[in-house]
Amino acid sequence: MMERPVVERRAAALIDHTTAIQAENVHAWFDRLHALRGITMTIPERKVTAVIGPSGCGKSTFLRCLNRMHELVPGARVSGAVLMDGRDIYTPGVDPVQVRRRVGMVFQKPNPFPTMTIYENVAAGLTLAGEGSRKTLDEIVEQSLRAAALWDEVKDRLRKPGTSLSGGQQQRLCIARALAVSPEVLLMDEPASALDPASTLRIEELARDLAKDITIVIVTHNMQQAARVSDFTAFLLDGELVEYGPTNDLFTKPRERRTEDYITGRFG
Amino acid sequence: MAVITCGCTLLVLAPLFFVLVFLVGTGWSALNWDFFTRLPGAAGETGGGMTNAIAGTLLLISLAGVVGIPIGVLGGTFLAEYPAARLSQVTRFAADVMNGIPSIVMGLFAYVLIVLPMRHFSALAGGVALGVMLIPTVMRTTEEIVRLVPHSVREASLALGIPQWKTTLRVVIPTAAAGIVTGIMVGLARIAGETAPLLFTAFGNRFWNWNVLRPTAALPLQIFAYAISPFDDWHRQAWAGALTLVSIVLMVNIVARYAASRQVKSR
Repeated sequence: MMERPVVERRAAALIDHTTAIQAENVHAWFDRLHALRGITMTIPERKVTAVIGPSGCGKSTFLRCLNRMHELVPGARVSGAVLMDGRDIYTPGVDPVQVRRRVGMVFQKPNPFPTMTIYENVAAGLTLAGEGSRKTLDEIVEQSLRAAALWDEVKDRLRKPGTSLSGGQQQRLCIARALAVSPEVLLMDEPASALDPASTLRIEELARDLAKDITIVIVTHNMQQAARVSDFTAFLLDGELVEYGPTNDLFTKPRERRTEDYITGRFG
Repeated sequence: MAVITCGCTLLVLAPLFFVLVFLVGTGWSALNWDFFTRLPGAAGETGGGMTNAIAGTLLLISLAGVVGIPIGVLGGTFLAEYPAARLSQVTRFAADVMNGIPSIVMGLFAYVLIVLPMRHFSALAGGVALGVMLIPTVMRTTEEIVRLVPHSVREASLALGIPQWKTTLRVVIPTAAAGIVTGIMVGLARIAGETAPLLFTAFGNRFWNWNVLRPTAALPLQIFAYAISPFDDWHRQAWAGALTLVSIVLMVNIVARYAASRQVKSR
């Protein structure tokens, strides 16, 4: 049988999956700085999608457009559409608070709440929203910590401050905290860039495991990480989506010259 | 150069040192059990104490806290969370101006606002006068401390789907709590020694009073009254009162320092 053309095969690979998020012509600004210039891409459900690119290419900005965190920066603006279940999360009347409940986020530096214990940190999303009885909270906290591969390390010291953990543990605590409100999508903004290699590996394994149940979008400047962890990879440059497709294809047979230059380390 | 700066530092410290030494030297001998447990004696009579004035000062500080702390803390939080808002700029300027208003004017303000309509002096009026003085101090320290809360903490909360106002009340303020408490205590220590705003508000009282609508005794007022009296025993007690007042202020400051150092360690 004749091999199908590369482009067609790539499109097919994406169509085979259910869509979690559909970004359509997303532009973003910081005051006058045009940081994203019309990103259109489909993020498949229950897969790991990596967004790579050099510093300042807009990859973090793109991520923050997916849960309406970008608009929190003074002077920031977004245009275009981000569809979830066919509905644009930027439609007037959509509450950003509800969007963020469905699309969780983990940040570059671990940021547990400094005044809260490990338990309180994980439960925070529910307790601060006034939800969850004592008993269900206990269950959710355990489930979330197990899902974040942290339970065995902290089960005997749930009442200790979250900040008493090591950096890698704090980051997994933040993942558990995000998971506790059962999001459909988890955005990870360079989640391992502040961690040592062993902790980095654990976070990567975790991202793969979590993708069995939820959609993961991970921003990274580390191409090996993208290659190890993701099913699909998007390459952003100067606020534009240069290339997007199955990770393996993008790294072995890049279609675009610029992608090839970047992944072979000619710039970035 | 080092000699000059060192000398100036000593010059700054010298008055504090002499005040403290003199205060302890003269006040200590008048301190006794009676001083803390008895009401003031009749004019010219030896003995008696300032128990009601100590209690009155505590009452006034509490009232001032009730008035000044909520406004100061919430106002300061607003200044920190919306630093560029027009209202913030105006408020910040107003707070700085308020800090510079002579304390006797604050007393006058409470006199017109509360004493005149009620037709008599009261602890309430004194408490309000002190409370208004407390607002700018608490507000500006709260602003500074809340601004120190890392942005990442706010983002973590917002990204969990916690609304902005809940993030501020339940995450940002608790994170800044130790620093805010320090600011409050420093503010309280400052107003504890104020005399002028109490002259025609709390007025003073020779007897026990726990009713906020009645005039009350206060340490600074009692010290003033005793110091200008012609009786040696009262002069002695005025010194003892001054020593007590300074000790209260010092203690509050030490507790505040301790709380602040704990805050730094927990970071």
